[in-house]
Amino acid sequence: MSLISTRGLSKNYAGLQAVSNVDFNLPEGQVRALIGPNGAGKTTFVGMLSGRIKSSSGSVIFSEKDITKLPAHKRMTMGMAYTFQITSVFSKLSVHENVALAARRVIRDKPSVVNAKVTSVLEKVYLADRYDQIAGDLSYGHQRLLEIGMGLAQSPKLFILDEPTQGLSATEVEGFIELIRVLSENTTILLIEHNMDVVMKAAHYITVLNFGEILAEGTPDEIRANQSVQTAYLGSH
Amino acid sequence: MSQLTESAAGFQKPLLSQGSRSILLHVGIVILLFLLYFALPVYHSGNLARILVLAVFAMGYNVLFGYTGLLSLGHALFFASGMYGFGLAIQFIDVVPIVAIIIGLLSAVVVSVVVGILALRTTGVAFMIVTLMFAQAGYLTVLLFGEYTRGDEGFNIHRSDRVLFGFDLSQATNRYFCALILFAICFFLTAWLVHSRFGKTLVAIRENEERARMLGYDIQRHKLIAVIISGALSGAAGVAYALLFGYAGASFAAVQYSILPLLYVLLGGAGTTIGPLIGTVFMFYLIDLSSDLASAYLSSEFASAYMLIAGIVLILLTLFAPQGFAGLLRSKCKWLP
Ligand SMILES: Nc1ncnc2c1ncn2[C@@H]1O[C@H](COP(=O)(O)OP(=O)(O)O)[C@@H](O)[C@H]1O
Ligand SMILES: [Mg+2]
Repeated sequence: MSLISTRGLSKNYAGLQAVSNVDFNLPEGQVRALIGPNGAGKTTFVGMLSGRIKSSSGSVIFSEKDITKLPAHKRMTMGMAYTFQITSVFSKLSVHENVALAARRVIRDKPSVVNAKVTSVLEKVYLADRYDQIAGDLSYGHQRLLEIGMGLAQSPKLFILDEPTQGLSATEVEGFIELIRVLSENTTILLIEHNMDVVMKAAHYITVLNFGEILAEGTPDEIRANQSVQTAYLGSH
Repeated sequence: MSQLTESAAGFQKPLLSQGSRSILLHVGIVILLFLLYFALPVYHSGNLARILVLAVFAMGYNVLFGYTGLLSLGHALFFASGMYGFGLAIQFIDVVPIVAIIIGLLSAVVVSVVVGILALRTTGVAFMIVTLMFAQAGYLTVLLFGEYTRGDEGFNIHRSDRVLFGFDLSQATNRYFCALILFAICFFLTAWLVHSRFGKTLVAIRENEERARMLGYDIQRHKLIAVIISGALSGAAGVAYALLFGYAGASFAAVQYSILPLLYVLLGGAGTTIGPLIGTVFMFYLIDLSSDLASAYLSSEFASAYMLIAGIVLILLTLFAPQGFAGLLRSKCKWLP
């Protein structure tokens, strides 16, 4: 049962074919890693899933509905959450308000219910003691965790994360892997990731993108053993 | 020792929660304005009635600029829609004042829906230009229909048309308290709005529109509602101005009435509930004072030098208090709404 899938999805940036003709299926409940060298089209691809980037052709199906023409905010209300490759939080607002803004869209209830959700999310992303801080004053790693927290607060069906561990310390990365493990019990996760340690530990299945096309798909072990992936990506590290 | 523990407990549990402090502040300001009428000399209480109406205009502007982050250069259009909707209705259709007031408010709402839908197709500088163009079109329309509007000269609203629920609003006390009631309603309304989930979403859009969209908020819908609320409050100020001061004229549709609310809000503090009032008081007296100065020390040809004096003060303020007065206050007391 695919939660999200694409048929012939393509993106052309004024002559540059960033993503070409991608057929993709992500089953419900899976943790999928999307890997590939810089410029392979990963951000563009997930941008078209989330609606942030308009596709040039092809279709996107989410929860059995064709969402190709839906604007991004409607896709989010259908149960997606998205974190940006370049950290994007409300930097002048408090840590609490950042997460509350995410929670309030989903929980149409009293402030006390929203606050309870915010508190539980901040504990999960190790930011409970920074409740009142201004988001822009947090360290880079903590801002990344905050953005992940904003995604959690929406209790999404599909959580798309674009290079979430970039800039995290080694212990924060360990915490992140643990977070993904817990989260994957009731959320489908699509993860763009450069850290192969995270990919091997967290992902059930891997899709490799190269020059805008799917180069290979398989389990972590299969991908590790794949010769063309080695040359295209792993070898070039 | 016992003092120490006491202050520690005081720190953990402030005497009043943030919410009740905010309510106290707003109620306190309205009570202060009530008492001021009796304390001030007639000249200043007369000014204050005008200031309160203009502060409503500024509060309307603040919803869009201060909270949503949209800089309009066309708010004179909303003010004038209220003013002329009311003024023309009372002049040319035989309606009682309350009906004319409703017509004035509705005109402002209709105009802001139309302007909102069209102008929100653009962002940034283009939004500024489009709103400016709409307001200029409104100004020219007022001049074009000079037969009814009497153009720049304007028209007076008859005293008998300025009676509301038996109160003659051309009388100073009635006028002041009518202005204060309107001010208080709009003041509490905006304070409630910015604490509501809708208001907090507007702030999110101001701070990071792309992030807010990717949290699932419908940005265009929120912005359009913000334009309508902003336009309605500005229109209410326009209605009140004509009703209380008995005059409608094209100068209120001109570009300086689009710039003024921007200055009020910038000076007082954008994105604060008390900023618009502070900014309006300050700006009003700044213009008043500098025109006195200009006419006292310069020959009459240079009387308009007051604009120069006012301008210099404004530049100094933006240099030294870029967040406005309320912004300065807020950096001291974080709970200020
Ligand atoms: N807005 C854009 N306009 C033009 N080209 C773009 C744009 N965004 C990305 N690209 C190009 O598309 C290709 C894929 O980019 P991207 O999806 O960001 O790759 P990845 O995330 O895998 O590093 C790159 O060659 C990049 O330069
Ligand atoms: Mg990328």
